[in-house]
Amino acid sequence: MKRIRSMVQLVFTIFTNGYMYGFLNGKIYQGSLKYVCVPGLNCYSCPGALASCPIGALQALLTQRGYQVPFGVLGFLFVFGSLLGRFVCGWLCPFGLVQDLLHKIPVFKKRKRLPFHRALGYGRYVALIGLVCIGSMFLFGGFAKVPAFCKYLCPSGTLLGALPLLSTNELLRSQAGGLFLWKAGILAVILLLAVNVYRPFCQYLCPLGAIYGWFNRFSFVQIWREEGACSHCLSCERACPVALSIEEISRSPACIRCGECVAACPQKCLHFMRKESRSEGESRALKNG
Amino acid sequence: MAFWRSDRGDAGTRLPAGWRERIWLLGVLAGIVFFGIGVLEGQLDVVWKKAVLICMECIGIG
Repeated sequence: MKRIRSMVQLVFTIFTNGYMYGFLNGKIYQGSLKYVCVPGLNCYSCPGALASCPIGALQALLTQRGYQVPFGVLGFLFVFGSLLGRFVCGWLCPFGLVQDLLHKIPVFKKRKRLPFHRALGYGRYVALIGLVCIGSMFLFGGFAKVPAFCKYLCPSGTLLGALPLLSTNELLRSQAGGLFLWKAGILAVILLLAVNVYRPFCQYLCPLGAIYGWFNRFSFVQIWREEGACSHCLSCERACPVALSIEEISRSPACIRCGECVAACPQKCLHFMRKESRSEGESRALKNG
Repeated sequence: MAFWRSDRGDAGTRLPAGWRERIWLLGVLAGIVFFGIGVLEGQLDVVWKKAVLICMECIGIG
């Protein structure tokens, strides 16, 4: 499962960031594919990006003159969320892939969560409501509208957008100042933390994860558990990289549908697709091994 | 924060079983309607105009 997921993440990242001309010349893609959003957090100022970032697009609409409901982007979010939930985070997000790869580096003792996990978990909602919504509408810059999340926090923009552009575009490099250093500092902290803790940005700061987490409860893609066949051995809980309990798996807003629990279940009673319940005899046979 | 802890959806909801498994369809439908409204209001043009220029805020310059 791990290998399949890594392959899907890699292929999707290359597929959605495949504008090689941009990487070589310090420019960005300007074609019509940018009318649509990718499902994951993928800065549209990345030289390779072929489509738009949903959070960037949401802020682009919120920072418009006057106040309007950003229906266009909500449409993308509702479709992606209702179909996939946080499966997007686990399988289709480029910045998630970066954190996954860093977490594989065999240094430090690996941890699933930070101390004060519960309180820090609200950070996702603070980023969504405070920076993406309220911040973009009127808070920062002397009441001028700015995309506050992209400007002050987003590490994906720094990694996938700023660093490749600044390394190839001398004019941009000459303009980098205090704000860039602030964002580079945030990126460095998150990347270092990701070596030790599983996906710290996704667990504690990502506003897109907060949105998709809301859809987890009813999205089409779920992890189904056959109650009858489950022996409550808790292998799934031990395998879960974000330390969810057996009841929370799949429906919790924190579940990224990585499938580690599905692979770890010795009874094979967890599935991505719903299966007809096994007969009592089959269930008993499975429980007894 | 524990609103999801009703296990596989049988407890704590009054919707019939068949409906519970198809709520995602309503979400997709709402998404398509929202998308349509967004297109009619020209919101995708706004997104495109923002996305085809280097976003100075995103890269920590603006």
